[in-house]
Amino acid sequence: MSETWKSLKPYALITPQTLVFLMFLVFPILMIGVVSFWEFNGYSMTPAFTLDNYRGILTDVTFKTYLNTFKFLALTWLATLLIGYPVAYFLAFHVPKLEWQILLFLVCTIPFWTSNIIRMISWVPLLGREGLVNQGLMGVGLIQEPLQFLLFSDFAVVLGMVHLYIIFMIAPIFNSLMRIERSLVTAAEDLGASGLQVFKEVILPLSAPGIAIGSIFIVTLIMGEFVTVRLMGGGQSASVGKLIQTQIGSLQYPLAAANAIVLLAVTMLIIVSILRVLDIRKEL
Amino acid sequence: MGKFSRRQVIRTSLAAGAFLTATRCAAPSGTPNNPAPGPQVNTNQTKDVTLRLIGTGVSQINDIRDKAQEDLGFKFDMRALSTEENNQIAITQPGQYDIFDGEYFSLPLVVPSGNLQPIDIKRITNYDKIVSFFRTGEFKGMPVETSQGTAPFKVQYLTGPDSSEFSATPTDYATLIPFQYNADTLGYRPDLVGRTIESWGELFNEEFKGKTSILDIPQIGIMDAAMVAESLGLMSFADKGNMTKAEIDQIIEILKEQKANGQFRAFWKTFDESVNLMSSGEVVLQSMWSPAVTAVQSQGIECIYAPLKEGYRGWGGGIGLSKNLEGVNLDAAYEYINWMLDGWVGAFLGRQGYYSAAPETARKFMSTSEWDFWYEGKPAAEDIVDPFGKTLAKSGVSRDGGSFDERFGNIVCWNSTMEENTYLVQKWNEFIAS
Repeated sequence: MSETWKSLKPYALITPQTLVFLMFLVFPILMIGVVSFWEFNGYSMTPAFTLDNYRGILTDVTFKTYLNTFKFLALTWLATLLIGYPVAYFLAFHVPKLEWQILLFLVCTIPFWTSNIIRMISWVPLLGREGLVNQGLMGVGLIQEPLQFLLFSDFAVVLGMVHLYIIFMIAPIFNSLMRIERSLVTAAEDLGASGLQVFKEVILPLSAPGIAIGSIFIVTLIMGEFVTVRLMGGGQSASVGKLIQTQIGSLQYPLAAANAIVLLAVTMLIIVSILRVLDIRKEL
Repeated sequence: MGKFSRRQVIRTSLAAGAFLTATRCAAPSGTPNNPAPGPQVNTNQTKDVTLRLIGTGVSQINDIRDKAQEDLGFKFDMRALSTEENNQIAITQPGQYDIFDGEYFSLPLVVPSGNLQPIDIKRITNYDKIVSFFRTGEFKGMPVETSQGTAPFKVQYLTGPDSSEFSATPTDYATLIPFQYNADTLGYRPDLVGRTIESWGELFNEEFKGKTSILDIPQIGIMDAAMVAESLGLMSFADKGNMTKAEIDQIIEILKEQKANGQFRAFWKTFDESVNLMSSGEVVLQSMWSPAVTAVQSQGIECIYAPLKEGYRGWGGGIGLSKNLEGVNLDAAYEYINWMLDGWVGAFLGRQGYYSAAPETARKFMSTSEWDFWYEGKPAAEDIVDPFGKTLAKSGVSRDGGSFDERFGNIVCWNSTMEENTYLVQKWNEFIAS
């Protein structure tokens, strides 16, 4: 009796989580997959098996929208990495006390505390035509006409996303930097490595899993992003998420479902390729 | 382990069940401030009814709910949704609402779903007081009679008591009882535009390059775009409210070209966005909703809701009954509709600049100066204050566009759900992605 219980116990323990996982993640995704083959008219869906939805989305527009989304992704990823890494490095190596590290880390999460509406409103007085930045630049005589591209443009979209999501890059990198054995750095220095060499040969390889995890966060967040794209792009920028949202808003669920499945596949593909480059499990 | 025997488990759950049953059955004990009522004989059963309403933010107003609860004696549970969510719930979750407060242009989608039950007009006391255009499609021979798009009259009647088919002629079965409606047009900042705007065509004028905006809701935005294109003679439509694929292609091409030239500053999807764009001066000329203009004005910024020579784009919303309503709940819903047409609601909406279904009943609840300002287009005899206490117009100012007849009568198209709706959405996405 107790022997069987012992061998069953781990299964019993993972059952609740598995059920939640199946019911609230796997099942909905399967449903989306099923619905993507259904037929629909303006107001109802009929179970069927049609490939029309997929045919309907394999167009120039979808292709262009994907390209645009990839553009946002590449720019945001690069910016979050280039800004996030030094920040995490500074926090991990140059802030001596743990309390300060935690406090400063919390400061990094501040952009995440504000709601979308607040952000939408507060960007206008900063970046708008009569905003602080434009007034400042005109004040010092750098420009004569206000810069239009600061707000409601692709630039603004990337800015908004970097501002919002950079914490997802900082956190895992910070985490992996903190786990680096400090004696390794000392050893490298003892062996005569320059600062740059220490970074290149020791710190960067050891923090690579952090970069990979951060990149996965960024990929999944940006690929489905539609709120920031709409608000910062002033509705003029396209992303796959926004495309799906418009279709849902017009009750075209099967089309939206087909799009979602394609998006899921593309996102998974990117993540798999990240994992191919770096084995996170081995490094953890 | 082994601490829980099966017997224990059964015992515990039985006890829990018994406890639950007991608390449910026990007489209410009451508290000192709120003593339990004695047994009562219920003569008016609707007292126990709670009606669940869904609608857009412009109609789900707490003041209206409170007044309705006070006057009618039963409860209301209101949910304010976006236009899109409202339609989605109406179509996909019929069990979630008793009363649907939606726009007429959503009816070609909602009615075929069979989720609404026809309203028996014989039970509506003031039906004959509703503005004639909604009932008969006639309005003093003015342009609105030939307006294009999903005009309310075209979707006002159903063919029978169990029907979900529209009737082109009046019957005894209505889809919605109109709640509020208005004539929409372009709004602009006179201080930044510097002259009077008199035509829809100005939206594409080079003069305002990078300073205009339209709605990013396909079914509404396309109508605005059509008004502009027609006004500039860029193209013509057989019926703007029901475009062919070729017409959609052409208008989307025009929009893409304008976008590529940088004509638009931004597109907006919600009320707040349009207010924000206008009050910040990012946009100086855009398609707007009437209360958004009011919201800009109430910040002390001049904003004109331009009467344009081509006419207005109309919209209207009304109240429909869920197919799930029956018995006392159905009676209560009819009571609510009759109460709504009685005038208090009409006056309340009128003070915000909307029009009431039955203006003559609303008039009883408005002061002469309010009526003259909102419906007659006369200069305000005193400061005009909205129901929330904000001053909307100083004494001496007249409403943009003039009287009810001048504004409503000159609606030339309505928000529309076209037969090619799916294609429209696809092309609209193409426009946004371009």
